[in-house]
Amino acid sequence: MKSAFVVILRRDLKIAFRRTSELANPLLFFLIVASLFPLALSPDAAQLRNVGAGVLWVAALLSSLLALEGLFRADADDGSLEQLMLSPVPVAVMALAKVTAHWLVTVVPLILLMPVLAYSFYLPLEVLPVMAFALLLATPTLSVLVALGAALTVSLRRGGSIIGLLVLPLTAPLLIFGTRAADLSSHGEPAAGPLYLLAALAVFAVALGPIAIAAALKVGLD
Amino acid sequence: MTTHGAVLRADGVAIWRGGRCLFEGLDFTLGPGRLALLVGPNGAGKTTLLRVLAGLAEPTSGSVTWDGIPVGSLPPERRGTIAYRGHLDGLKRDLTVFENLRFHAALWGGTGEWEVLHELKLEGNAHMRARHLSAGQRRRAALATLRLVSTPMWILDEPMTNLDSDGRATIREWVSQHLSFGGSAVIATHQPDELARPGALVIEL
Repeated sequence: MKSAFVVILRRDLKIAFRRTSELANPLLFFLIVASLFPLALSPDAAQLRNVGAGVLWVAALLSSLLALEGLFRADADDGSLEQLMLSPVPVAVMALAKVTAHWLVTVVPLILLMPVLAYSFYLPLEVLPVMAFALLLATPTLSVLVALGAALTVSLRRGGSIIGLLVLPLTAPLLIFGTRAADLSSHGEPAAGPLYLLAALAVFAVALGPIAIAAALKVGLD
Repeated sequence: MTTHGAVLRADGVAIWRGGRCLFEGLDFTLGPGRLALLVGPNGAGKTTLLRVLAGLAEPTSGSVTWDGIPVGSLPPERRGTIAYRGHLDGLKRDLTVFENLRFHAALWGGTGEWEVLHELKLEGNAHMRARHLSAGQRRRAALATLRLVSTPMWILDEPMTNLDSDGRATIREWVSQHLSFGGSAVIATHQPDELARPGALVIEL
């Protein structure tokens, strides 16, 4: 079981690194969206500092959506998804491996990019670790949600916008707890509360999400 | 090879697609060493039936069982006893032919990538990405995975498409070896004569 997980994870990582342009898209999107705000608002440091955390969170949500909405489509188009569904690997394990691979290559770089952008919003340095940690805790849940949407819409040619409609409302708790953590820490208060809640959601999503994704894939492929 | 005498059984299978009945009341039983050829005009429902037999789709009514278990709810460890090769080749375009085979072997538990590549005259393309293969070579690579793992049941959707006469001969040879080892196969084809053999079940849709 563990080895099948590793085999699928390695396959998806290898494919991802051979398609670097697709890898870079969500990152560039994140960078561009986040840097449009200082242009649209004003370069006033105090104002940017106020909206910074919120803007970065929304940009991160949208670019993870962009990164993961096609999670199953390439495999569905070339027939390897139906082979995976028929393989002696539980579909939930396969789904978790694919989500993990895509999280590693598209979402983790985004978290690493965060401090650079936070700097352009004049966010205080001590907020950065909390923001990065909150993103690290929130993105697994987010990835599972997007993957669920991707699985449900796998047979649709253009599922992207529908996934947005399906998934973005469900991401509200992540956004609320995530920005709350940044807010608390920027006022020098402990941000453990919202971080615990994000961690609890991540455990819930990673434990049960793959089973839901497996069921959705079965419906989606029929 | 390993068959344990599993039987594929279809009971009163009916399939409706897009508000139209493709066929109904289909019954057959396929035991070890038996071949079923699925023939019928385009749009008769051959591919749909094969997907149902493989457990990828549900029949509108009736049931398909493999060794007594409905194919749609086979436990993962039993799913590997049915090999389905459809119109899509299941190859990742960004992996090399060898990597594709290696992945298949790792997941299903098999070996012998080089032997199979040699048999199909694909050794020269082993380290070529699948996207650069011709349609016939892709078909060869997709069918190559059949020989990596010993699978009691083969479900093939027009396997001869795009193959040259040499490739067709290889596949014919594989099918007859598979059957003589006690495997069984359901094959959709437009040239039933090519694969026909005494005792083969012909299902006309």
